Amino acid sequence: LSEQSPTSTALAHQFDDLHQQKEASTLGMWLFLVTEIMFFGGMFTGYVVYRNKYYDAFVAGSHANDIVWGATNTVVLIWSSLTMALAVHAAQLGKRKALVICLALTILFGSVFLGIKGIEYHHKFVENHVPGPSFEFHSEPGKPAVNPANVQLFYSFYFAMTGMHAVHMVVGIGILSLLVWMAWRNRFSPEYYAPVEMTGLYWHFVDVVWIFLFALLYLIGRHG
Amino acid sequence: MNAHIEATEHPQHHIVPVRVYLVVFFLLMLGTALTVAAAFQDLDVRVGGLTIPLNTPIAMAIAGGKAILVVLYFMHVKYSQRLVWVWIIGGLIWLGIMIAVTYADYWSRNW
Repeated sequence: LSEQSPTSTALAHQFDDLHQQKEASTLGMWLFLVTEIMFFGGMFTGYVVYRNKYYDAFVAGSHANDIVWGATNTVVLIWSSLTMALAVHAAQLGKRKALVICLALTILFGSVFLGIKGIEYHHKFVENHVPGPSFEFHSEPGKPAVNPANVQLFYSFYFAMTGMHAVHMVVGIGILSLLVWMAWRNRFSPEYYAPVEMTGLYWHFVDVVWIFLFALLYLIGRHG
Repeated sequence: MNAHIEATEHPQHHIVPVRVYLVVFFLLMLGTALTVAAAFQDLDVRVGGLTIPLNTPIAMAIAGGKAILVVLYFMHVKYSQRLVWVWIIGGLIWLGIMIAVTYADYWSRNW
């Protein structure tokens, strides 16, 4: 099986040509990403409603998040998006070695992101900021007192949204690992690199979700 | 324009130059720095007795700008078929409806 050149198997029989095949893959991937917009959109909608209802509590909650870790993770994820874009570029040009390196770097940045997320989650457990029976929140001195129950709601959103985002990262790293193996086995060519490109769309989408999560969970009400 | 002509000539593999990716990467980093810096400033505009809070709209605008850069260039939507544009805009319209109608419900409950 591995003796077959990738080109001879690049075109599936139901398509007229490679162009049509690529447009079909792209549209299919975007259909999936639109369902993902609605999936994360549900949580964003809930966030918007409760943030306006319990504004001070949400401000106090986001103050307790570490903006340095949040900003660092944003930078790490932008790096990973760059290496992902360069991986697609390498695949288009048929540069196998560059493709493997860029995919591996993307996995590395993704793992660093998850590691930092783990450190942050650890801090939340230590500070009893995890929603549940042991949840505690003490208002900062000099700030308006807030109802801890409402801050707990903020942290429910925080863990649900960053948790689902992290699950998407883990899935992405799994798919990227498979791609590294396929690229290593020389399964891609300038005619056939759809798996690399579609994984790129997924990875960049997860990056876009984080851009909004960072703004909503870390930056809101930081001044004053 | 030039890019569009290229995309039409070689539709199955339009190759975005690395220089474009690097510029987008730089702009994303700049946007991140800008949004963190802006978060610490009091950007409320006070007109007479009315306070217009601008911190959140500015943070969301920067996030939106970064998202558009990622979608257009990293995700190649700028060079993609128009049907992809239709699906994305359709998805965003439905997201807008979900947020607007849900929020309108909660907002008007005390009326």
